[in-house]
Amino acid sequence: MSASMRIVNGQVYDPKNNIDGEVKEICVEDGKIVDSVSDEATIIDAKGMVIMAGGVDIHCHIAGPKVNLARKLTPEARRHDPHPSTPFTRSGSGGTTPSTFAAGYRYATLGYTTAMEAAVSPIGARHVLEEFEDTPIIDKGFYVLLGNNIFLHNLIREKRIEEFDQAVAWWVNATKAYTVKLVNPGGDEPWKGKRNSNVSNIDEKSDDDTLSPRQIIEAFIKTVNKQGYPHPPHIHCNNLGHSGNYITTLETMKTAGDLRAHIAHIQFHSYGGEVGKNPISKAAEIAEYVNNHPNITCDVGQVMFGDSTIMTADAPLAYVLKGHSKGKWVNADTECESGCGILPFAYQEHIYVHTLQWAIGLELFLLSEDPWRIVLSTDHPNGGSFMAYPKLIKLLMDEKFRREEMKRVNQKALLNCSLPELKREYTLSEIAIITRAGPARALGLETKGHLGVGADADITIYDLMDDKELMFSTPRYVIKSGNTMIANHEFKTDSKGKVYHITPDYDNKIEESLKPFFEDYYSIEFSNYPVDDRYLHQHEIIKTKTS
Amino acid sequence: MIEKTNKKVVEENKNIKIVHDATCTFCGCVCDDMELHVDVDEKRIIKSKNACVLGRAWFAEHTIENAPAAMIDGKEVTIEEAIEEAAQTLVNAKFPITYGLSDTTSEAQRQAVAITDYIKGNIDTTTSVCHGPSGLAFQGVGESTSTLGEVKNRADLVIYWGGNPAESHPRHFGRYAVTPKGMFTPNGKKDRTVVLVDVRKTKSAGVADILITPKPGKDFEVLWALRALVKGVKLSSDIEKETGVPLEILTDLAKRMKECRFGVLFFGMGLTMTRGRHFNSGALLALATDLNEYTHFVAKPVRGHGNVTGADNVVAWQTGYPFGVNFSRGYPRFNPGEFTTVDTLSNGDADAALIVASDPGSNFPKKAIEHLKNIPVITLDTKTTDTTKLSHVAFKTSTYGINTSGTVYRMDDVSITLRPAFESPFPDDEKILKSIKKRVHELILKNSHSGGASGEAKVAAAVNPL
Repeated sequence: MSASMRIVNGQVYDPKNNIDGEVKEICVEDGKIVDSVSDEATIIDAKGMVIMAGGVDIHCHIAGPKVNLARKLTPEARRHDPHPSTPFTRSGSGGTTPSTFAAGYRYATLGYTTAMEAAVSPIGARHVLEEFEDTPIIDKGFYVLLGNNIFLHNLIREKRIEEFDQAVAWWVNATKAYTVKLVNPGGDEPWKGKRNSNVSNIDEKSDDDTLSPRQIIEAFIKTVNKQGYPHPPHIHCNNLGHSGNYITTLETMKTAGDLRAHIAHIQFHSYGGEVGKNPISKAAEIAEYVNNHPNITCDVGQVMFGDSTIMTADAPLAYVLKGHSKGKWVNADTECESGCGILPFAYQEHIYVHTLQWAIGLELFLLSEDPWRIVLSTDHPNGGSFMAYPKLIKLLMDEKFRREEMKRVNQKALLNCSLPELKREYTLSEIAIITRAGPARALGLETKGHLGVGADADITIYDLMDDKELMFSTPRYVIKSGNTMIANHEFKTDSKGKVYHITPDYDNKIEESLKPFFEDYYSIEFSNYPVDDRYLHQHEIIKTKTS
Repeated sequence: MIEKTNKKVVEENKNIKIVHDATCTFCGCVCDDMELHVDVDEKRIIKSKNACVLGRAWFAEHTIENAPAAMIDGKEVTIEEAIEEAAQTLVNAKFPITYGLSDTTSEAQRQAVAITDYIKGNIDTTTSVCHGPSGLAFQGVGESTSTLGEVKNRADLVIYWGGNPAESHPRHFGRYAVTPKGMFTPNGKKDRTVVLVDVRKTKSAGVADILITPKPGKDFEVLWALRALVKGVKLSSDIEKETGVPLEILTDLAKRMKECRFGVLFFGMGLTMTRGRHFNSGALLALATDLNEYTHFVAKPVRGHGNVTGADNVVAWQTGYPFGVNFSRGYPRFNPGEFTTVDTLSNGDADAALIVASDPGSNFPKKAIEHLKNIPVITLDTKTTDTTKLSHVAFKTSTYGINTSGTVYRMDDVSITLRPAFESPFPDDEKILKSIKKRVHELILKNSHSGGASGEAKVAAAVNPL
């Protein structure tokens, strides 16, 4: 249904194909970028405009049980931010946890065409896929939470590594996930079973548990690398948010050796200082390790001042934050698999810790030597909404603006980081890397994040403006799979996007071990647990080494 | 003699199909371990192994009835005619309302919200007349909660408040919360203390180790006293006069709550629909939250209908709000008390109604039913009800979980895919609603572009001039 199209006269930023602002024709046919099209093709004149591939969000929380709990929890956060319908598009509501339709359309209005939901308990996978079908335009996938899975812990503890490999692959297949996610590995059991306690050290073992977080992390990194998933384990390290946690982060990265690993929202894991006291920045130490280890990718999890919603599988962390916010709080335990904490939150310029978090995120961007391995994210909605991405881009591209903003924040915090000394300004090409080309490469999505022949025709066309916040928040055209979704800032049609997932090989025999465990400890039947194909609507399988 | 033998052979040769791990959608327990024996020729379930008494009746009663699939004003019409009439009615209304949704699949619920969005109507579910106050309390204080499997594996203190699961959710005790053996509760009931708080001694009292009977309408006061005791506040023994519960009993319960390893508070409509309503639910949720300072504690409303939890979820993910949502301004607004169905009907606001899988005609306040009788009503139901009888357009649909697959959400938000037992000649809710949606959208696009370019032409026009 998508027409052929020729986009002319625009400045193209396509770093994967080494195109840095040259005026170049982009041709589209059947939803793909092609060499040339016939003369009948629709022509878009992009004179004075910047052309990039559609944006790719590698880490956000936009669908599923925890997001929906957050929506139900906070009507006040959406009441002032309605998302009206058009003849083509559905209505919704926004805030930091927008409804599904609003989330899809709003990503599109920023020129983003792919977004990955970063934390889904296996038992919540079906729910996520249902929400995905109601999340329009963007392509999406999700990471399945396996780092606190009791069955898998037992296998690691008993050194049944072959079965562990099989069971991980089984779970990924059963849930239609894109990769595995670890969140505060080893932290759920003390939370649920030991009066809301937590692990605090990557090598911590207790009297009745001989399994340390490091052993869990190592097992997952090994199996995923062995099976060659397109995206490595997506790791939320232990000790998120605690002063002194950069040691844990460094140790987590060291555990990977030279195997691939992705460290999520690394800003929240780059703090020095003593536990329980104010943190200081250790961005330089973290950036140095990442710079020197090409096996590591990360996303920043930038904090942006204003409203946010904390939603995390790291339940103990949410409880700590509840102590600060003193407001309403949700805890939601998932049997044998996961925990979850949710609360409304706001980052404020005058608060030392919040300013330091903001500054550390910026430091990490500015100290990074390889933009391909550091991805722009706010850990939406934890650090702030994805709707703040244009402002974040301006902070990175415009030193003068950054200095103005620095005047408004807690000055004491600025003394404990290197932000005031950093003069770097990101180029448009570097922005194209950290918002598209880089995340697409880290995800192993070969048809995303670039405009070479064969790529998906996901294209964003911005008016070139001095004010980069304005520029990146108002693309003139957004084209998804060759269809013009937005033209002259108006929605022209609607579409569903597809689901990306992987199907690593496994031996069915693993079900003989899984079934009795399910019968004993789960509350739904084993045969009703895996998600069947009907929930995939439009989908694409990305190949693993073993699929 | 010969005849008798023959008869026996015929019975043995009956075309019986067995469906394993089917799901019972009668109540919010959504037990998914049914073994259904289906007489394929007669199209009925002759045995439902593992089902409780309510489930057995549910499966036995849903047979195929000989009735028209669609009616307008009581006269049989084709489904197509009924869809056209339903769509025209909804599009032409100024304040159309959609209601019900708790006994159908989430796939159908999604279509119903879409229709309401397109017609700029009002959507509400049976939540507004059952656990709606819990939803409001949730917005106020949050909730510490868990899936039911976690209760089975870990809970050593189980409290039921304002509910009678022995009769309303008969398998709740055996499957999830009282007797099952779990990971850290290897001895089942022996590893748990069970407390029942209710104004009267119900059939559920049988499982309780401790039975507490407050004065009717005093739940809030009892919960607030417990919150105080948990925090170490000293109370006067006058509390007994106020609540009907002696201070020693309350002190003992507060102690047990703080000392347990994993506690759970289940609560029912005895709490949410009596004096205090969302204050009651809020007090209970706040008590569970408070207890997390000392131990791990969760709370959970015991939801009624098979997929009322799905209705909350679908309405929430599509609009941002769980129930009582109005689209008249072209975007969702949430205002229980104004946009909840008892109110839109009693106040005389609604001028057309789409009722899906629910029977407000039999259980709503008189004033609301009177108004329902005066406006065009469109119903989708598996059975003839008081509401279908007063309908302008009535669709007879197949039964979810028996004739059609789809998704339901258990009371703890765990979703399950249904395994149907036998086919029905009637279409399912999703199919009818999808057709209405398609027609409604066509009519609206036609209206919005009347005299101008069609939608598609406009898209092309927007791209071409450049």
